[in-house]
Amino acid sequence: MITVECRDVWKAFYGKSVLRGVNLVIRPGETLVIIGQSGSGKSVLLKHIVGLLSPDRGSVLVDGVDVGKLSHKKLFELRMRFGMVFQSAALFDSLTVEENVGFGFREHTTMSDEEISRVCTEKLRMVGLDGVGDKYPAELSGGMKKRVGFARAIAMNPQCVLYDEPTTGLDPIMADVINNLIIKLADELQITSVVVTHDLASAYKVGDHIAMLHDGVVIFEGTPSDVRQTDNAIVRQFIEGRAQGPIVVGSGE
Amino acid sequence: MITAQNTFRPIGRSFLNFLRDVGGSTIMLLGVFRRLKELPRTHRQTLLQMEAIGIGSMPLVFVTALFVGAVAAVQAAYQFQDYVPMVFLGTVVGKSVILELGPVLTALVVGGRVSASIAAELGTMKVTEQIDAMEILAIDPQRYLVMPRIVACVVMLPVLTIFADVLAIFGGMFVANVAIGVNTPTFVEGLRMFFYVDDVISGILKAATFGGIIGLMGCYNGFRTFGGARGVGRSTMHAVVTSCICILIADYFLASVLFRVIFYRGTT
Repeated sequence: MITVECRDVWKAFYGKSVLRGVNLVIRPGETLVIIGQSGSGKSVLLKHIVGLLSPDRGSVLVDGVDVGKLSHKKLFELRMRFGMVFQSAALFDSLTVEENVGFGFREHTTMSDEEISRVCTEKLRMVGLDGVGDKYPAELSGGMKKRVGFARAIAMNPQCVLYDEPTTGLDPIMADVINNLIIKLADELQITSVVVTHDLASAYKVGDHIAMLHDGVVIFEGTPSDVRQTDNAIVRQFIEGRAQGPIVVGSGE
Repeated sequence: MITAQNTFRPIGRSFLNFLRDVGGSTIMLLGVFRRLKELPRTHRQTLLQMEAIGIGSMPLVFVTALFVGAVAAVQAAYQFQDYVPMVFLGTVVGKSVILELGPVLTALVVGGRVSASIAAELGTMKVTEQIDAMEILAIDPQRYLVMPRIVACVVMLPVLTIFADVLAIFGGMFVANVAIGVNTPTFVEGLRMFFYVDDVISGILKAATFGGIIGLMGCYNGFRTFGGARGVGRSTMHAVVTSCICILIADYFLASVLFRVIFYRGTT
């Protein structure tokens, strides 16, 4: 299992600050949910954890190792310990479902095609998909694409899975299916999970801890019940979904 | 209000963008050279790209080449009227096709087709986070996506150029025979009169360089894509424009260098 620590992480794009000193610790085996408005920097923070982005200032430590200072080779070795589920699923659209799930195996192992196919079928079953291996992503519904993304993320048995808006764009029932899947994978695979979302039902259901990102900093951290009971005006406005309050609509964009 | 700052700011910004693009594409090219030892691992992707770039471009190149040869013959015949014997028609068509028209026009038509297609494909992968997904799977996108495309372009452009040269000369010979009244033996005699293998080699070297430019511009612009469908459109357009401009600039420098080498060989 993996420990992730963000220390005073700053990031700006084209002169606009997105992260302004984020401090956050993700403990081994826990499911941490990061909530916040659209554009508050949640996905940007997630990409820093796996070195897809480098902080302008500060550091991201994975098991005590500074991700920003890793060589190209070491960074790829570190990424082998992670899986990521993207908001848009990010499936390779020129490959079939099975080729998507088995992509890592083909590149990193000497497994035979039969073995890869067997593991892919097993991983697809874990996410409730059967008999779709030879379909292309364009032939799948949004929920199915997300689940194929899950299967691909867990295919290489990672120690930590990052979920970027896993329930966005899904109907409430499919969103609940995805939530149950996140809980099931965390329990069965004993992995550390980081979920970025603005779906509060999802956050309460899957999170051991919830952190709220606002204006580029973590303004609140606690258990789901702490979030429900907090007096923090910004968190209250967000969880109650009110347009009036300290958060000015559009400030996060 | 027109101020010096308002006037020079866009010029300065364009210059900085130009420097950024030169630097970025050079870094990408050096990255490809560094990864060349890993080419056998991506042989499947390279072969697929060679098929898409080479075989896929053949109809376009063939039609272009036939008509380029035909036009070269008509133009030369018009210039020769009453001044130059028509036996030299084959010489002029052969020389102009092998040294210049074959490599450059093949590169321009293939560049339009291939650099746009590479930029659109990689750009779409970038904006839909497929390249990020590849990185998370610990797969180097430069090795998996960029290197096969650039290598395929470098290998296939000379092949296409050789086909184009042959077809253009046939096109010229056909028109000379049918429309100008220069029979095939006369045309071939002129063609053979000043035919040097060095000319063909120089055309192939040019074609390989142009292939590298096409692949690099497609990949570089694809990887720099941001901003959804509009961004993909912008990258595609930049890829075509920059590859065409770079081909023409490279053509001048290559012609200067290669002609000197050929001329030096010919005089010693």
